[in-house]
Amino acid sequence: MTRLPSVPEPTITANVRLGDRVWSILLTAFGGAVLVVAGLIVIELTHVAQPLSGAVSLWKFLAGADWDPVNDSYGALPYIYGTLVTSAVAIALAGAVGVGIALFLTEMAPPQLRAIAMFPLELLAGIPSIVYGLWGLTVLVPILRADVEPWLQRNLGFLPLFKGAPIGLGYLAAGVLLAIMILPTIASITVEVMRTVPGTLREAALALGATRWEAVKLSVLPYARPGIVGALILGLGRALGETMAVTMVIGNSPTISASLFAPGYSLPSVIANEFAEASGQTHTAALAGLGLILFGVTMALNAIARLLVAWASRGPLRKS
Amino acid sequence: MITLRRKLTNHLATALCGGALLLAVTPLLSVLWLVVSKGLAGLSLDFLTQLPKPMGEDGGGVANGLIGSFFMVGLAALIAVPLGTGAGIYLAERDLGRTPRIVRFTAEVLSGVPSIVVGIVAYGLLVVPMKRFSALAGAVALAVLMVPTLARSTEELVRLVPRSLREASLALGVPEWKTSLFIIVRTAMPGIVTAILLALARALGETAPLLFTALNNQYWSLKADQPMSSLTVQIFNYAVSPYEDWHRKAWTAALVLLMVVGTLSITARTLARQRFARNK
Repeated sequence: MTRLPSVPEPTITANVRLGDRVWSILLTAFGGAVLVVAGLIVIELTHVAQPLSGAVSLWKFLAGADWDPVNDSYGALPYIYGTLVTSAVAIALAGAVGVGIALFLTEMAPPQLRAIAMFPLELLAGIPSIVYGLWGLTVLVPILRADVEPWLQRNLGFLPLFKGAPIGLGYLAAGVLLAIMILPTIASITVEVMRTVPGTLREAALALGATRWEAVKLSVLPYARPGIVGALILGLGRALGETMAVTMVIGNSPTISASLFAPGYSLPSVIANEFAEASGQTHTAALAGLGLILFGVTMALNAIARLLVAWASRGPLRKS
Repeated sequence: MITLRRKLTNHLATALCGGALLLAVTPLLSVLWLVVSKGLAGLSLDFLTQLPKPMGEDGGGVANGLIGSFFMVGLAALIAVPLGTGAGIYLAERDLGRTPRIVRFTAEVLSGVPSIVVGIVAYGLLVVPMKRFSALAGAVALAVLMVPTLARSTEELVRLVPRSLREASLALGVPEWKTSLFIIVRTAMPGIVTAILLALARALGETAPLLFTALNNQYWSLKADQPMSSLTVQIFNYAVSPYEDWHRKAWTAALVLLMVVGTLSITARTLARQRFARNK
């Protein structure tokens, strides 16, 4: 980093120079390894997906609803739809709860509680996806089938979202499970963002006679908004790519239904279920094509979210 | 003047936000309780030391999965730890300039790559040319997942080392590379070890990237070029089977997994805390 200018020239022996040069090259090589890994992912994904380009047109692949490996017909729409619907449910639930938690911990609760409350969130983030899937299958799905879905149907049954037989397995189960899984991400990043809100903003609102909640609404939330959006997008990125838990509760049926109670399928789930036993090269390529879609979308979302979060913690007012 | 309405709104908002926290803790308690209560019944020495038995036979365990998970995560660590920590040191030491910035952003974005996608990458990289599923492919998939996270956490830990240490070392005439390696990195070492342990814990819990790389194996195998069983894939197969007995095995295996992952995380955190206490 900083080379001291006053170091007298003769004391630097050839050995030192060599060592420094080797170290510098080594470091750069390690840094370059990250770029190599990124390149490798893109190259291998496109490589495995390559045979698809001759077999199916891009439009048919993205907008077709018929997925039939036996007849070499590959339409990804049911999977794209299922991924989007479950992620939307997850973001709606986890966004509300996660931002609520962050507000409570940074604005309302005593500071000691924050350190304690971050611990269960970390635990929640550390539980492997497969364990969530097992829990979802044994606990969440029966609860949804027996209580939540009939209740929703009775009270909100006029919406197309809540029509149909309450099976348990389906978009709603996957969405709720995803919400639980992305909650720690959203909550902890939102907490970080809220902590960068200058205290003077809160104090100004409170000094004008605002209640705690009004101070939050008037000064904290508007200031933290870009960061919160970033946190939500990061959560969305995780929800889109989550595999095991969704595979176990979504019902694995390649159909498109308006009802959240219906079983569906998602991009990661179909890859997980069919890849190892793919019927031929085109089938494997089609699944890799789904992976490519997933990769492109999550990477783009992640990039946007990182930029937003970085900007939010060092934005226009932040210098003063 | 604070009207009753405004006061009530304030209380209601506080209650809702506090309620959100309780709502988040409920599934956590439920997951932990169920894994322990349902898993404990089947936990025995046999479960940890025996091979899985075919359907219908009593007993059997997850020993090959447990060993397989350790084997593949260990192999992944051999690849990912030097690369990941090295990249992190690079980022901390060359923090300015365009290339480090690109590398940092790439690592940040890559840390969100879906694990299933990484499975396809390892498939194309190793399974296709080798013409068979292999533990090596599984390990490479796990390594690709570990590198970006390790790079980011190592960078942050190296950055925590006070500038004055570097300046003192350079002022004494110590060459830059020795300063980096034996002063800066050495000081950050306990933190880096914590980060590595956490990364290992995460990799142990991964299932998706192993499904079509390492596949599964009913028998003992410690060959890197052969399919290998893992604890997580075994849990998956048990959980989605229609047999009640296998469901019980899934819960017990989940308990074993949580105990291994938990031990690693707790060790990591205790290390971090001890270091923190000493620095005070």
